[in-house]
Amino acid sequence: MMMPKTIEATINGMPVRVSAGTSILEAAREVNVRIPTLCKHDDLLPTAACGLCIVKVGGSRRMPRACATELEEGMQIVTHDPELTDVRRSTLELILSNHPNGCLTCGRNLNCELQTLAGDFGIRQDCIPRYVREQEPDNSTGSIILEFTKCIKCGRCVQVCQQMQNVWALSFLQRGIHTRMAPAGDIGLGESPCIRCGQCSAHCPTGAIVENDETVTVWEALRDPEKYCTVQIAPSVRVALGEAFGYPPGTDLTGKIYAAMRRLGFKAVFDTNFAADLTIMEEASEFVERFVNGKGDLPLITSCCPAWVDYMEKRFSDFIPNFSTAKSPQQMLGVLAKTYFAEKQGIDPAKIYQVSVMPCTAKKYELERTEEMYASGYKDVDVALTTRELARMIKQSGLDFRGLPPARSDSILGTYSGAGLIFGSTGGVMEAALRTAYFKVTGRNLEKEAINIEPVRGLKGIKSAAIDIEGTEVRVAVAHGLGNVERLLLEVRRAREAGSPPPYHFIEVMACPGGCIGGGGQPYGVSDELRRQRIQGLLDGDRGMPLRFSHENPEIRTVYNEFLGEPLSEKAHRLLHAHYKARPAYQK
Amino acid sequence: MNAAPLPPLEEMDPALTEEIGQCLDQWKDKEGNLIMMLHEIQDRHGFVPREASLLLAEATGVPMARIYEVLTFYHYFKLVPPGKHNVTVCNGTACYLKGAGRLLAELETRLGIRDGDTTEDRLFHLETVRCIGCCGMAPAMVVDHKTLGKLSPTDMAGILEGIRKREAENDQ
Repeated sequence: MMMPKTIEATINGMPVRVSAGTSILEAAREVNVRIPTLCKHDDLLPTAACGLCIVKVGGSRRMPRACATELEEGMQIVTHDPELTDVRRSTLELILSNHPNGCLTCGRNLNCELQTLAGDFGIRQDCIPRYVREQEPDNSTGSIILEFTKCIKCGRCVQVCQQMQNVWALSFLQRGIHTRMAPAGDIGLGESPCIRCGQCSAHCPTGAIVENDETVTVWEALRDPEKYCTVQIAPSVRVALGEAFGYPPGTDLTGKIYAAMRRLGFKAVFDTNFAADLTIMEEASEFVERFVNGKGDLPLITSCCPAWVDYMEKRFSDFIPNFSTAKSPQQMLGVLAKTYFAEKQGIDPAKIYQVSVMPCTAKKYELERTEEMYASGYKDVDVALTTRELARMIKQSGLDFRGLPPARSDSILGTYSGAGLIFGSTGGVMEAALRTAYFKVTGRNLEKEAINIEPVRGLKGIKSAAIDIEGTEVRVAVAHGLGNVERLLLEVRRAREAGSPPPYHFIEVMACPGGCIGGGGQPYGVSDELRRQRIQGLLDGDRGMPLRFSHENPEIRTVYNEFLGEPLSEKAHRLLHAHYKARPAYQK
Repeated sequence: MNAAPLPPLEEMDPALTEEIGQCLDQWKDKEGNLIMMLHEIQDRHGFVPREASLLLAEATGVPMARIYEVLTFYHYFKLVPPGKHNVTVCNGTACYLKGAGRLLAELETRLGIRDGDTTEDRLFHLETVRCIGCCGMAPAMVVDHKTLGKLSPTDMAGILEGIRKREAENDQ
């Protein structure tokens, strides 16, 4: 392999050595200098939109933008001096002059990149008369809200939606002062190809795109004496929530979160990880049915990500026969809470109010996706909160989260295996499913050293592997970040059209880069480094658990023995499976 | 959110589908073809119907989001059917200084629409442009390709009434 060429230059008089192609913005980090920016994000290509990252090069009077300028040999860069600070302040003042002055009532208050910079630059008055074009917010998705007036036209959401996610719901319409990010034409986001993944909200530097906050609804339920409130926590929430309380990313705070839930007033605390184990029981059985017994199409494609389901129904509906009918863990837990749990505890299911805490904005949409989401006879899950909303509730409640002694989950619908835990990471569903599928085919568990299925781990956009199950090769592929999915599906489609065997037998897709740990409802500031830390939190948890196979989870066995019968039984089908239909990308 | 629900692609007007097909045949191998095809659609209809954009997106693989970025970037493209009579107020520097804003405000009040919109009866379309090159006549406007100059807000009622009267006579 050719070594990349090295560039030597100076930044603020300090020598730097970086590989060729490194931007001045990135190179400055090598000498512990952060150049302010509102448009450049680590996940995205530079667009030079905001104008804050200007620097000086040598004696030139030009001020190129550091995000879009590569460091060149011998360059002498100045990143900070009084003149640059002045220009940056003027730019900020111009941005602020088109931005409403409503920080106190904004969804990003105290967590806003624009607010932070305005504070850092000591802006204490409105120097330029404010002009903000009035436009009503758009909450047509019920998951994310577009607050057009707060948009600073940095372009991150558009790049995320078009390039990273290949969804093309958001676009930059019109130009100049009239520029706005919106779906094509005068339609609501809910009528567009939007799949509610919320990656736009996770990348927005301001409060222009925020989750639909439903904490008030949950507080009302908790205060209603007629309601029996229960809660479930998704795998990836436990390794990210801590970021809102000063913990390093990846810290597993399961016990503290359970404790906080009880203190908030939830009468039963369940764990979505349990339901992840259940999803694996159904999905792995489905895979074995298709792969060994030839009943159904291959590849089998995972369906626990509601944004991905929506995308497939809108863009790739010819893959419906390939989709696993197993419901997502959120929905499986919801239906069991209002049937099995209610029966066992003698509680009227009509009184149970089921809240889920998810890393995800699309989970709000999944709650009412089809009639099958009411399989218990009630709405199986009443409200889905994001990790960010839960953090807000804990803070409102006045709890000293860091000081809380850990508590336990309820003993039914609460115990989980390491396989259920890693569901929150790209490759995790595949790894968990393969562990159980191997057992179902061979009657034996994977050897200890083979439990970790390394080829499906990591942040590469598409991962593929051939797994040997007693001499039979199982070809699997894992894609995360919807921008990576199309290539994989086209490969499968070509093989199908040519009548050749499928290139893969089993495919896992998660809409968000990194999987749920990088979900659109997680704490802000996502980057690959952060994703790795959160994933590590899940993998460490799995490695440390005595229970690493979904099929060995004792509560899973109990729920089948007492209630469901066998995986794929008639009852399991009625409660735990769902179906799909083609939907138009544009409703208008 | 004022767009009407669209029929599924396969149920769209066959004539429109046919037209998009022809358009595509003519332009598919040429560079910059999206804009040329949009021009052609607008030439035929006076605007670019949403259905046409959807069919074009389907046929070319260019996402609707990109097509609308192009359509809304250029002032030339219209997304709604034009009015029968075009009223264009010049808002170039000279006209601006001479009170184009007051002309526009008067027209907006009298027509009950905003700059860029068309009246419900589709009789009038109101728009502004930067400069029509008649600065000596400022403030000026163009009504149905006829340039009128040295205007005041009080002239607006008469201009609109004149058109309405002619329309009424033509109807009889």
